Amino acid sequence: MADGRANPWPEAARLLVLGALGLLFLMPYLWMVSASLKPLDEIFRASLNLIPEGGGTLRNYARVLAEVPVLQYLWNGVVVCGGILFFQLLFAVPAGYAIAKLDFPGRDWMFGAVMLGLLVPYHVPALPLYVAFSWIGWLNTFAALIVPSVISVFAIFLFRQFFKALPDELIHAARIDGMNELSIVWRVILPNALPAATAFAIFSVVAHWNDLFWPLIAVTGHDRATPALAILYYRSEEAGDDFGALMAASAIMTAPLVLAFLVAQRRFVEGIATTGLKG
Amino acid sequence: MPMSEAAVALRPRSRAGRQGESLAGLLLTLPASLSYIVLLLAPTLAAVLLAFTDYELGAPSIRWIGLENFAELAEDRGFQVSLRNTLVYVGIVAPASIAGALALALLIESLTRGRALFRAVFFLPVVSLPVAMATAWQYLLHPTIGPVNALLRDIGIAGPAWLTSSDTVLLSLAFIGIWEAIGFNLVLFLAGLTAIPRELHHAAEVDGVKSTWERFRLVTWPLLGPTTLFVVTITLIRSVRTFDSVAVLTQGGPNRASEVLLYTIYTEGFTFFRLGYSAAITLVFLVIVLALMLLQTRVLDKRVHYG
Repeated sequence: MADGRANPWPEAARLLVLGALGLLFLMPYLWMVSASLKPLDEIFRASLNLIPEGGGTLRNYARVLAEVPVLQYLWNGVVVCGGILFFQLLFAVPAGYAIAKLDFPGRDWMFGAVMLGLLVPYHVPALPLYVAFSWIGWLNTFAALIVPSVISVFAIFLFRQFFKALPDELIHAARIDGMNELSIVWRVILPNALPAATAFAIFSVVAHWNDLFWPLIAVTGHDRATPALAILYYRSEEAGDDFGALMAASAIMTAPLVLAFLVAQRRFVEGIATTGLKG
Repeated sequence: MPMSEAAVALRPRSRAGRQGESLAGLLLTLPASLSYIVLLLAPTLAAVLLAFTDYELGAPSIRWIGLENFAELAEDRGFQVSLRNTLVYVGIVAPASIAGALALALLIESLTRGRALFRAVFFLPVVSLPVAMATAWQYLLHPTIGPVNALLRDIGIAGPAWLTSSDTVLLSLAFIGIWEAIGFNLVLFLAGLTAIPRELHHAAEVDGVKSTWERFRLVTWPLLGPTTLFVVTITLIRSVRTFDSVAVLTQGGPNRASEVLLYTIYTEGFTFFRLGYSAAITLVFLVIVLALMLLQTRVLDKRVHYG
């Protein structure tokens, strides 16, 4: 294997280069955690020691937990990402199935609409949606955070491609067994689409947990703040230049997805690679 | 589910069956169609129309003003700076993150062990909350207490105010952008490299292509064409959409030195509530994104060799 692409450098040299670059890449994480464990005066001394003197302190974390409703913010993130994913699958799986496997008037036209929708970044409909939501009094609600994303043309496209490759016999057999189209979708098609659904779920949750643009527009208060907004608020209202507390807050809000990634690394990478199309 | 044997035989469907299928198709797509129209199509068309009005949130009236917004854009120095900054940012982030990711992918692919570890390390920024990581960069690049300048001080260099000086701010943001984008591109390149059969490299070697560079040029690079094209388009579009780091770190400053298109859309629309004008900038943004996609299908596609 090693000589499959006979490389002029020995493997040790390549490991060394990658190791050094990798360490450089991890610097923001290392310094974030390091600063979050240091008392303020140590941070202000700007020493180059990653390891805090005297073993560090958890006071920054305690301060963050005491000052802001961290659990509330994380919960908001879970509700928003979960709500969005639920509706995206609810709408896109049947639509993807119908466009891939059923013959009905307007099908090709619908697929064209999906392809067209793929071209439009979500920032474009944001302005009119904001106006509409402010009219009907939806700003600062979960609905405002969830509803604009419930339709994912990308999900429809992805499922359509995936279902297209499923054998027709599977569906015919289910029909002969007397199943209606809706139960075919949820009991036959979806279990077979789990790889695609998992990949899409990872893509969707990463995108919406990390999004700032729309939450910044749709939400102004703390009640419905997502983790991304929470850090912005915490910096402007509480922490200011106290980087210890700010880094502690950042570490807390970053942890859930990063831990999930470390646990299910392979799935994450595959999920993002297969859904890379949408960016 | 037991597979009935009759299933294998594809029988011609009756007319009732076909009508049932039509109905099922329409019903199954109904939720998606409705939400598509209400949440995507209508607001997108509304955004296009808004661009030709003087609409401001809270203003009593709305007036059709034709191309006035665009005429104002042509004179607006702030918008021009924003457009130029966006192009500079993309011009740095895209080539650097694509070439860097390709180099890393080739290095990682050649390893016998540790591939998953390195892939995970470089991919980490893709799953990390950008706002949180931006604040981490704010600390790293802080002019007085930041570790980067502390290190430079130790070796006798006075580091610049990375994020607060107009000379360095765009470069600093571009560096963060490269850091964020490289893992994503790396994963796509790794997937592309895995698809290239190893036998081809052996064959090239047997045919007398001795140097690694020549084998890369003759075998890997052409076969990686479709992947590269895809990575180029995706990276261009993603970096045109840069917003988070600007919103968190610089708010477009100092003196508009880091103002980018999406941030201008945001401030005009949601800080000054000039929605018509903001929609006009959004339209420019949309045209750029569409042009990049067209570039993929029309120009670049012809030059890509599909193996």
